[in-house]
Parts: sequence; C-alpha cells; structure tokens
Amino acid sequence: MDISTFVQQMINGISLGSMYALIAIGYTLVYGVLRLINFAHGDIMMVGAFVAYLAQNAGIPFELAVILAIIAAMVTGILTDKIAYKPLRNAPKISLLITAIGISFFLENLFNVLFGGVPRAFSAPDYLTKIIHYDGIIVPVTVIIIPVVTLILLFIILWILNKTKYGMAIRSLAFDIPTVKLMGINADIIIMLVFAIGSALAAIGGIFYAVSYPSIDPLMGVIVGLKAFAAAVLGGIGSVAGAVIGGFILGFTEIVVVAFMPDLGGYKDAFAFIFLILVLLFKPTGIMGQDLDRSRF
Amino acid sequence: MKIIKLLMLSVAILFLIFAQNNLDPYTVSILNNIAIFGILALSYNLINGVAGQFSLEPNGFVAIGAYVTALLILPASSKIDMFALEDPAPIILAMHTSFLPALLMSGIVAAVLAFILSIPVFRVRGDYLAIVTLGFGFIIRIFAMNQTKYTNGAMGLNDIPDNANLLWTGGIIIVTFIVMLNVIYSKYGRAMKAVRDDEDAATAMGINTFWIKTYAFMTSAFFEGVGGGLMASLLTTISPDQFTFLLTFQLLIIIVLGGLGSMSGTLIGAVLVMGGTEWLRFLDQNMDIFGYNTGAHPGLRMVVFSILLIIMMLFARRGIFGNKELTDMFKRGKK
Repeated sequence: MDISTFVQQMINGISLGSMYALIAIGYTLVYGVLRLINFAHGDIMMVGAFVAYLAQNAGIPFELAVILAIIAAMVTGILTDKIAYKPLRNAPKISLLITAIGISFFLENLFNVLFGGVPRAFSAPDYLTKIIHYDGIIVPVTVIIIPVVTLILLFIILWILNKTKYGMAIRSLAFDIPTVKLMGINADIIIMLVFAIGSALAAIGGIFYAVSYPSIDPLMGVIVGLKAFAAAVLGGIGSVAGAVIGGFILGFTEIVVVAFMPDLGGYKDAFAFIFLILVLLFKPTGIMGQDLDRSRF
Repeated sequence: MKIIKLLMLSVAILFLIFAQNNLDPYTVSILNNIAIFGILALSYNLINGVAGQFSLEPNGFVAIGAYVTALLILPASSKIDMFALEDPAPIILAMHTSFLPALLMSGIVAAVLAFILSIPVFRVRGDYLAIVTLGFGFIIRIFAMNQTKYTNGAMGLNDIPDNANLLWTGGIIIVTFIVMLNVIYSKYGRAMKAVRDDEDAATAMGINTFWIKTYAFMTSAFFEGVGGGLMASLLTTISPDQFTFLLTFQLLIIIVLGGLGSMSGTLIGAVLVMGGTEWLRFLDQNMDIFGYNTGAHPGLRMVVFSILLIIMMLFARRGIFGNKELTDMFKRGKK
C-alpha cells in the first residue's frame, strides 16, 4: 500500500461521507422536530436526481437543472408533509410511519412506471467530471467539490439554526410543540421550513450521487436513504453536527473496507446496519445526541 | 360458542380437502397464495397491530425460513448438482430432514434471530425497530447473495421438493390463526395491547415491556419463518430477489386494510389484497384505452396499492375490523 493510494482512498471516503451527511441532515432535522423517521427522504433525493436528469435532457443547462431539481425536491418534501403527515400529527406514531412507507413506495413505483427501472446515464458538465492527476493521486474534480459544498451548506444550516429567528423556532419545536404554539409561533410554517431544508439538501446529495456514480434509477434512494439514516443515528439523531460526523464515519468505513479488504466488498451495504445495531447496543443516543425519547416528558 | 368454533373449523378443513381435489390448478394456486400471505400477515399483525411495534422485517424472516426449509428438504445429490458457483459446505450436504421438522426448524431459526435483534432494538423506543428491521431484510439478502457456499448466491435454489399443497398451507393458516387468537386473549396479549396503548403506563403497572415486545417479536418471527418454508416448497424455486421489501409492503397493506390488531380482519385483508393483486394484473400489462395503447407498466399495481395504503391511513385508519375480532362482534350482538 503506497501513500498515494492511501490518500486517494481517504479523499474518496470524505466525498462519500459528505453525500451521506447531506442526506442525513434531512433525517435528523425531521426526526428532531416530529420524532418521525421520514422514510420518503431517500426517495426525495431520487426525485431531485431525476428532475436534474430530465431537465438536462430537455436542454436546460446543468446549473439551472440543479436549481430546478432543488425546487422540485422542496415541493415534494413539503407536499409529502402536507398530504401525508400533517393530518396525522395527533395520530399514533405507527400510522405516521405507515404513511411514510406508503409515500416512499408511491414515489419509487411512480417513477418506475413513468421512466422504467433501467438505470440511466447521468451526464454532468466537463468541469465536474474532469480527472485530476497529482503526484500519483487520480481523482475526479467532483470528489473535491462535494466536501467543499457540503461544508459550506453545513455552515449555512448551522447559521440558520443558531443565529436566526426561524432556527430558534425549529430548535424550540424539538422540545415541545404545544408550548411553541402558545408562544405565537406558526408551527406548521416552521415544520414546512424543516421539510424544505431537508429536501433541498437531499436533492443536492442526490445530484452529487448521480454525478459520482453516473447513473440513476428509481430505487437509488432506498439504500442510500437507509444508510444516511444509520449515519444520523450514529452521530446522534436530532443533532446536525452529529449527522455530518456520522455520515463521514460511515463513508470512510465503506471506502476503507472495500479498498483494503476486497473480500468483504459484497457486504459493503451491510456495514451501515451493523453500525446502527452497535450504536443502539452501546450508546443509543449516538455520538452527539441527547435522549430525545424522554425529553418531552 | 365452542360448538360454533368446532363447526367453523371442520367446515374450513372440509373446504380445504374439497378445494385441493376438485378445483383447477389456477384457483388452487391463488388459494395457496392467499393462505401463505395470510400466515405471514397474521404473524406480522401480532407485532405491528397487537404489540404496536412497527417493524418491517417479514421479508428477512421469510427469506430465512425459505432457505432453511429448502436446504433441509433438498436431497444431497441435487445440492451437489445445483451449487454452480462454489461447492456446498459440508454442513449443507449433511443436513436433511422431512418436511414438518424442516418447517419447525425454519421457525426456530427465525425466532432465535428475532431474539438477537430485539436486544439492541428494544433498548430504545419503537421507531428504531422499523429501520433496523428494514436493514435486517437487506442484510439477509446481501448474505444470501454472497454466501455462495450455503445459498448458491444469486442463482438461488431450484427443484425444491414440492411437499406443500393446499392442505399444508391451509392447515398451517388455521393453526396460526388459533395460536394468534390464544396469544391475544392470554395475559401476554393483554400486556402487548397495554404496551401498544401507553408504554409508560404499562411499565408503571409492572409489565416488563422489553420481554413483552421480545415475546411478540419472536412469536411473529417463528410463523414468518414457517410461512417462508411453505413458500419455498410451494414455489419449488427461491432466489434472493424474491425477498425484497415488496413482500413486506404487501403484508403491510393486508394488515392495514384488515385492521391493525385484528386477526379476523387480517384474513379478510389477505383475501382482498391477494385477490385484488390477481384482479389488477391487467394494470401492469398493455392496455388499449380508446385505441391508444398505453404500453406495459410494470409497477402500476403497486402505485395503486401505495395510494390505497395512504388513503386508508388518512381516512380509515381502523381498517375493516379495527382491532376487534369476529368473535367480539358476536358477543356484542348477544348482549
């Protein structure tokens, strides 16, 4: 194992970890506010990637297609909340989880019917797919761009959460929804904002995913979504910084194991869940989390 | 009441014998399908509906049950012929039993795995169960794909002896139904309902919620394993791709339609959903609407079913039976 391969794999790990982190933030925000595992989140990522693909096919330049994809994902996320989750705010949690599964399955199969299950090639502009050769390290530009964009987005999210009025409202919703309503805050608008932020990040994550593994299909969100959720739990669900840390740990592990232990390559998709089970066994609150289960009592 | 129950039981058994011998193979295959999905949905409803712990594992346990039964009832010679990717492990060649012990073994293996899973999962509140069990289904598939020594990988297992017929599937669904009703009306069943309705109150009443949830999960897994074994023998061929999340989704629709927590409802749900799947088959095929050919749309049925699930959850959350049983309704009528 020479040093350049090692560095190259580290860069790949950071890049994969950033994608998981972007998607995990959406899970952690929604879970923090509604205590709901938004099963449809991975599929919202898929919607984002598909809209970017379709827009590019229609001749729209990549940059504009990305913006359209983000808007489409935000609309999907907000509509999901309005149609499927909002009427059930006071229902037993099991009903919410079932509708979440329903939405997830609906999106997957709708796209399957409309566009077919065959993977489609995703094209990106040259400046993203260019390959850098530097001292024996060979990486595509995307691998560098993804972590940078992720960090910028992370700072924006943390700024919104910690420095703005809306962020304060989101954080207070995580403690107690009825009290927040008594304070004169429109909880529905804030929840909508949470879904919008989460879905926008998912769309960006989805486009990154589509650019790095240049193909998309209607089921692409399932496994990535599950892994991102595992990352969010690993980092401590409810904590944005935790989601990012969890995403990076998961991304690194996958790359390292596949690169250095090729025999285990076939089991790559299983690591996330093994992590998840270990975290639940030894530290259910994750790395950064607090005990959300009990904080409402 | 006892006489009515015995009467219903004997009518059911007579119907099974009649159907097996007199109906055409297509009808019998639909009935078999209903029976197997009924078994799976009944046991799925115990953990989801009665104990209120939302889990998404059936595809995992069904896969395990199917593989265990298939490997136990396949003769050693056909295993050697079949394993193309790698020679079968010695233990795979050595194990061989008849059908009933194989089914029981499937159930036991599934239940033991359920116990192992429940230790991490029930340390925290229920939602994690959903995501861990969903992941568990994926892991089982990944192992089935990669452990070619034991499972023949993606090629799956073929020529499984077809021991199962309508008498087996029908008989086992009757057994499952009776066992489930007895569990529900036992003190454990009441404890499960208490956990579902208010976990903190149940704890305060001295119920060990961890054990009650684990008990429900293991019972559910046992019958899912048995159902998987039946499925393997009925289809005579299994591969990892059969046990995707789609299977779990179908079961979820059945129990939501029938009513979460109602075993009688589940039976009706199984008939409606499996019958409906058969009836809606035309949606996936070419259709001519006013001379316009829509082309084949594999998956359109599932779009319909997922919309149905969402609508059920939004407007008719209680399903057909709510959490009542058929017998409860008789009792109320008597008063």
